[in-house]
Amino acid sequence: MARTFREAAIAGIGQTEFSKASKRSELQLAAECSKAALDDAGIHPSEVDGMITFTLDGSDEVHLSRCLGVKDLAYTTRIPGGGAAAVATVYQAMAMVNAGLCETVLIWRAMNERSQYRFGQPITMEAAFQPGNGTGSLLWCMPFGAQTPATWEALAAQRYMQKYGATNEDFGRLSVVQRRYASTNPAAWFYEKPITLEEHQASRWIAAPVLRMFDCCQESDGGVALVVTSLERARDLKQAAVRITGACQSIPRDNEVISNYFHRGDLADMPEARGTASRLWAQTGMKPQDMSLAMLYDAFTPVVFRQLEAFGFCGPGEAADFIKDGHIDQEGSLPVNTNGGLIGEAYIHGMNNITEAVRQIRGTAANQVRDADHALVSSGMAGAILSRD
Amino acid sequence: MSDTEQPSTMAPRLDPVITLDAKFFWDNAAKGKFVAQRCRECGSFRFPPRPMCPECHALDPEIVELSGRGTVYSFINPQHPRPVGFKDFPVVALIEVEEGFRIVSNLEGVAFEDVRPGMAVQVDFAPTMKGKQVPVFRPVGEE
Repeated sequence: MARTFREAAIAGIGQTEFSKASKRSELQLAAECSKAALDDAGIHPSEVDGMITFTLDGSDEVHLSRCLGVKDLAYTTRIPGGGAAAVATVYQAMAMVNAGLCETVLIWRAMNERSQYRFGQPITMEAAFQPGNGTGSLLWCMPFGAQTPATWEALAAQRYMQKYGATNEDFGRLSVVQRRYASTNPAAWFYEKPITLEEHQASRWIAAPVLRMFDCCQESDGGVALVVTSLERARDLKQAAVRITGACQSIPRDNEVISNYFHRGDLADMPEARGTASRLWAQTGMKPQDMSLAMLYDAFTPVVFRQLEAFGFCGPGEAADFIKDGHIDQEGSLPVNTNGGLIGEAYIHGMNNITEAVRQIRGTAANQVRDADHALVSSGMAGAILSRD
Repeated sequence: MSDTEQPSTMAPRLDPVITLDAKFFWDNAAKGKFVAQRCRECGSFRFPPRPMCPECHALDPEIVELSGRGTVYSFINPQHPRPVGFKDFPVVALIEVEEGFRIVSNLEGVAFEDVRPGMAVQVDFAPTMKGKQVPVFRPVGEE
């Protein structure tokens, strides 16, 4: 393969059902979603030559490639940072295709994150303390009762509330919008189950005064896969090519994922998303107003607020009004998390928000946005712009 | 999580996870000392602990006792799932210490409703299950 620069595209997407008990192994989920993504693209599984997942994924590259009958794997890597890895997988797949080093990169993430273990319960994430996952500072939280992702997020988001006067009701309006999207998305766990703001406000406190139950993403079982190849080749495959117009990561000094308290900046801000935004806008020459929709990592509602501001869709402290004014609705200026997101559809560690962006660009989403030309996908420390070819 | 009651002589609080680079911190905490690393070359404090100074790249920092004074930066009241190691819902806070870094800890001796951003606090120590101690904070002037 000649090592000349080639544009990259997403040619295939695949997923299992999203559930609370898959009743099969994570490796089986990985194999099923990978095969589905390759079938979607019209590429034979044996042709995969690159494999990318999260450091936290429970399946082994070799075991998965054995399921698929991969004939000669040229590249593997794993990305740290918990869910921040999600869009970084697309970035690295793009780079390998750009460099002419891979032809068919398979990205997967498969987990029994409800039936086998639960991120939302205390002290179940021993991996969180181990080097290589980008989350080692969590050990400074555990003896103090900050033992779940919700508590770690709430410690930062409470500062956001102090600074801008945002309330839990403001966060609730986002949850209501996302549950409305989920209610009309047949793949969503919360299909046909919208909530009202009153129901949000009646849900129990998880970490007062920041997060109620309906501010939190789900715990889910399921698998999601993507296939990245060259734009030129994607044009000859089964689906309309979805161009990766740009992608990047950003981990500014002293930043880390989730327990991100040890940098010098204000915790009302999200420096890693701000870094991702400026790098992405510089790389592509695009600006917030060019985006037709945005898929923003929504482990918890306040993270979406800080990303809306970091990417420049609204000013600092303005996300509450931006949402209240209907900008993120289906007919708004910037529909956000149109599958229901990790809150409404499922929590496959951010990957199901990327497949939704692909469907929007293809024009096949359950809640299709009109004239979807460019979709921003963000997992905070990584971002990508996916575009119609 | 277990509902098994701890014998009353034993603290229910989880022990810290101790890594080699942070052993000095917990060894000192067990003796009731709140310490941090300060670079011998350029004098800058660093937290969380690490073997190299990010400013001048010197190794072998001094371990110095801090004033123990700080202010409340942010604060939450985790309720569900119930935090392991606490009888009541704890007040978890980020404390900005006088020496210029943030640390996760608990506020004790003050009701959650009475906590305010910027509140002046002073370090104290709380025992853990296996006889270690962790730094916690109390409002200044609280008995």
